[in-house]
Amino acid sequence: MTPNLDTTFAALADPTRRALLARLAREEATVMELAQPFSMSQPAISRHLKVLEEAGLILRRVDGTRRPCRLAPDGVAAVDQWLDMLRTALARNYDRLDQVLAEMASPPKNPKRKAP
Amino acid sequence: MSKPLTLVTEGDRHVVVTRHFAAPPELVWRAHTEAAIVQRWVLGPDGWTMPVCVCEARPGGKIHYEWSNGKGGGFSLTGEFVSLTPFSRIEHVERMHLPATTPDNHIVTTFAPDGAGTLMTMRMELPNTESRTAMLASGMDKGMEASYARLETMIQAGSVR
Repeated sequence: MTPNLDTTFAALADPTRRALLARLAREEATVMELAQPFSMSQPAISRHLKVLEEAGLILRRVDGTRRPCRLAPDGVAAVDQWLDMLRTALARNYDRLDQVLAEMASPPKNPKRKAP
Repeated sequence: MSKPLTLVTEGDRHVVVTRHFAAPPELVWRAHTEAAIVQRWVLGPDGWTMPVCVCEARPGGKIHYEWSNGKGGGFSLTGEFVSLTPFSRIEHVERMHLPATTPDNHIVTTFAPDGAGTLMTMRMELPNTESRTAMLASGMDKGMEASYARLETMIQAGSVR
């Protein structure tokens, strides 16, 4: 099942989870390995990982007694999509600025508002 | 039609945005430094307004933007100007309040003559690679750009059911 974008973005809305993703972007890691640099308990990390897993952002595999996590390709694609949305929002601002600049360069000669 | 915007990461801590404008650097500069003009375009998606816009374009001058969607949604940005070289360069620091405060984003924006227009280059530096990743992942490119954070706010609001 593909998690919906709300779930993905809700998962991304937490700084710890974003940091965990940044860490997993470098390499696969276990809960214990992840807990170390974050100075958080393993259960706390596990809870964040569960949210990320349900959001489709990470995958876990079984390796003996270890359950290492890694970034999910589909989840990464969702982030790419998100970046595109951001780029679009920025582009919208600058398109608006184009219009503002055009008006600054040549103020309208016939303002709609009539002088009193 | 939209002009091409580039948004790329550079090294571990930087994000670089470029955009061409069909107006001379002086006008593009004014659009980035005069509150009454900033208020007209730094809005992100349609439907948002900036009821509060403080933009004291001098070294040490304050930056304070507040956005509203008219339906109770809102967030803000504060910052300080570091240095300004009229019509060519702006250096400032900014952070978003969502309401959680994002890491400081140190931004150098340059305006260079480009044909009859201007090439704007905005280079953002985050405190570390994690905060850049977080910024990109969460749309804080704004730290630099209001619209990014606005989108995140909307998404966060939409995801809290």
